[in-house]
Amino acid sequence: MAQTVAQPTATTPAVPATLPLKAIAPWAVFFGILMLVLLYFVGAEQGATSVFNGTDVHEWVHDARHLLGFPCH
Amino acid sequence: MNSTTVRNLLVRGMLAGLAAGVLALVVAYFLGEPSVDNAISFEDAHSHEHEMEVVSRSLQSTAGLATGVLVYGVAFGGIAALAFCVALGRVGRFGPRATALLLSGCALLAVYVVPFLKYPANPPSVGDPDTIGKRTTLYFLMMLLGVLLAVAATILGKRLAPTLGTWYATVLAVAAFAVAIGLAYAFLPAVNEVPKDFPATLLWRFRLSALAIQAVLWGGFGLLFGELAERQLNPKPATAGSGRRVPATH
Repeated sequence: MAQTVAQPTATTPAVPATLPLKAIAPWAVFFGILMLVLLYFVGAEQGATSVFNGTDVHEWVHDARHLLGFPCH
Repeated sequence: MNSTTVRNLLVRGMLAGLAAGVLALVVAYFLGEPSVDNAISFEDAHSHEHEMEVVSRSLQSTAGLATGVLVYGVAFGGIAALAFCVALGRVGRFGPRATALLLSGCALLAVYVVPFLKYPANPPSVGDPDTIGKRTTLYFLMMLLGVLLAVAATILGKRLAPTLGTWYATVLAVAAFAVAIGLAYAFLPAVNEVPKDFPATLLWRFRLSALAIQAVLWGGFGLLFGELAERQLNPKPATAGSGRRVPATH
């Protein structure tokens, strides 16, 4: 009888709305740098380069550095 | 409002990274630490100079290991969440959960597997202390290359998709990525500082456990963060017929 009208169903995979890059940028800059600093302290501090004197940081994260794949010593 | 969404996703990324770090820590402690201890025994048996312990072994293998792995998890969780904000809706027809898992898989490949295949993880007593500068530079360079080339391959795939179709564009982008990485492997200097009589099985076990730590970290992160992101972005029950109404919290 009546023709079925194609209706948008809930199961249609919708592409999620994108977040504007302008909204991401400030977070990416500040937190991106902060995260990289954290990675530096876990992965490289007091190995090839040192911010602090001594070997305390290096020795403290020693096992993690080896097991996470960073060159340790 | 968009800025708030980014902030919420960033916080969730760091939390998911922390949780994934806990899972990775379990693997690191039970699978990785025995190899580290064996390697240190080898080192002690073969070197005559005894260094003074700054941090005891029992602290290094517990609190020290936990600090390193958890900070690593939180840091990469935050970075991955920011990358997720950019990737969502831009890489293809993927919802939040699929985007998160896809991103984690790519991150594991770009940030870890790519550097690992050229400069694999080394247990204590493998590696000449005099070359630490060179090895650190090469390792971080390889990480950077992995990330940059993965981003470039993604952009290439997006550009080619309208003319070649999604399938062939993806195949071509992945092939271009593999060729570029292969060239980097061919031209960057090799590092081989394994002592002559270092047990091969110990080295193998150590490297496998290092790989397992990363697989658990990124796999766990992808699933956990995907779940949190899905709930934040689509605050409706994902499965039909659950009959439960989740209040939208915004």
